[in-house]
Amino acid sequence: MNGFDWNAAGDALPLLLEGFRVTLLATVLGTLVAAVLGLAVAVAGRAPSRFVTVPVRAVTEFVRSTPLLVQLVGAAALFTSVEPLTIGIVVLGIHYAAYTSEVYRAGIDSVPKGQWEACRALSLGPRRTWQAVILPQAVRNVLPALGNYAISMFKETPFLAVITVQEMVFEARKYGADHFAYTEAFTLAGLVFLVASYPTSLLMRKLEKRLGH
Amino acid sequence: MATEPLPLQKTADVAPADAAPGAAPAVAPETGHPLVRFDDVVKRYGDHVVLDGLNFSVRRGEHITLIGPSGSGKTTILRLLMTLEKVSDGVIWVDGSPLSHVRTPAGVLKPAPEKHLREARKKIGMVFQQFNLFPNMKVLQNITEAPVNVLGKDREEAEARARELLDLVGLSAKIDAHPSQLSGGQQQRVAIARALAMEPEILLLDEVTSALDPELVAGVLELLGDIARNTDITMLCVTHEMNFARDVSETVLMFDSGQVIESGPPEKIFTDPEHERTREFLDAVL
Repeated sequence: MNGFDWNAAGDALPLLLEGFRVTLLATVLGTLVAAVLGLAVAVAGRAPSRFVTVPVRAVTEFVRSTPLLVQLVGAAALFTSVEPLTIGIVVLGIHYAAYTSEVYRAGIDSVPKGQWEACRALSLGPRRTWQAVILPQAVRNVLPALGNYAISMFKETPFLAVITVQEMVFEARKYGADHFAYTEAFTLAGLVFLVASYPTSLLMRKLEKRLGH
Repeated sequence: MATEPLPLQKTADVAPADAAPGAAPAVAPETGHPLVRFDDVVKRYGDHVVLDGLNFSVRRGEHITLIGPSGSGKTTILRLLMTLEKVSDGVIWVDGSPLSHVRTPAGVLKPAPEKHLREARKKIGMVFQQFNLFPNMKVLQNITEAPVNVLGKDREEAEARARELLDLVGLSAKIDAHPSQLSGGQQQRVAIARALAMEPEILLLDEVTSALDPELVAGVLELLGDIARNTDITMLCVTHEMNFARDVSETVLMFDSGQVIESGPPEKIFTDPEHERTREFLDAVL
């Protein structure tokens, strides 16, 4: 190899940015699924009935104990008629929901017992207790941790290439194979990841500070 | 604050028609059954027995102070009444109905489901030692949250009432503040307003001045005295403020080891207690 070919790098960039759009889309929608589903799992985990808590715990344990890659391939094999990108987003979301649910759980646990008791003393029903009192306080406590999972998910989107989603690393590999310029394509892809996630993590740190953590 | 008439009126039907004009009775007349009755109530935490076959009753409109050493079970009584805890044995009666039980068609009492408890709680309000205001809501919403969402009042009506109550507790200016912007004494006044907004028949006060700086205690006690004198709310108060017990309550119950060991009017308990334990306790706190 004769050093770094700047022409090849310039050549690959538009393709990579095309792939980056898919990466970004998968991250944003996947994060959304993980945020909503994780919350639902955390709340369901506190249900008074074991018929709810036991299956919920079993499913989260399963998701957490198997690799994302295996889940992606498995889901793609099961749902052959569904768009790979859709499968990717849903699997990413479910996979990360298993982790965000733990974050939410910690956030819910951090709401003082007195808040629950005040709700009971005022006869607030369970729905209103969660919605108006517990969750606003819990979510505020865990926002920084959730942000870190979003960044982490962003960096795992290359796994989607395995089920033929044309995200950035997929494009990099394709360009590398077509022009035998793997170094350029992958270096550039790495840079794009860095440029996108570093400011985001700075932003998260700022948010953390503002929330007084 | 106390000189103006309070926006809390005694309900007309409480004072008998033939009562001497102007002589508002401190205690409402007996109405057959007591408003609250503890019937052989036992509360255990594991092997630890906190209340051991407790019996006592409270008349409608009565203001009762529970005194006694720490760990004697005073707070547990309030928590049982608020249904924050379940009785281990025995029955608590409120207004002639079992509080934490329901009667089966066969006439047997069994522990009540959560839904029944939620309904039963509505006539009972509680003010906590640590205030427990909702930090994510402004003062106004803290007060209107339950009236709107539990009693089904419309927002405007609930807000108007909240303004009256804030006026009563002397915090009209703080209506848009967050709890974190208030002093402990102010937070406790908001908590009192929040409890009153639910129009409780019974108000439980759990060491409401214990977490306050000494200079803030008097204002809160004065407010509670006003409420006791100007409403017909039945009050049960756990406190270490013996002056409050003396000035506000008609009855003082002395607790020790999960039992009422002595009860009577404050002047009797404080000047001429019968029980040795009461004497020791009062010597220690007064």
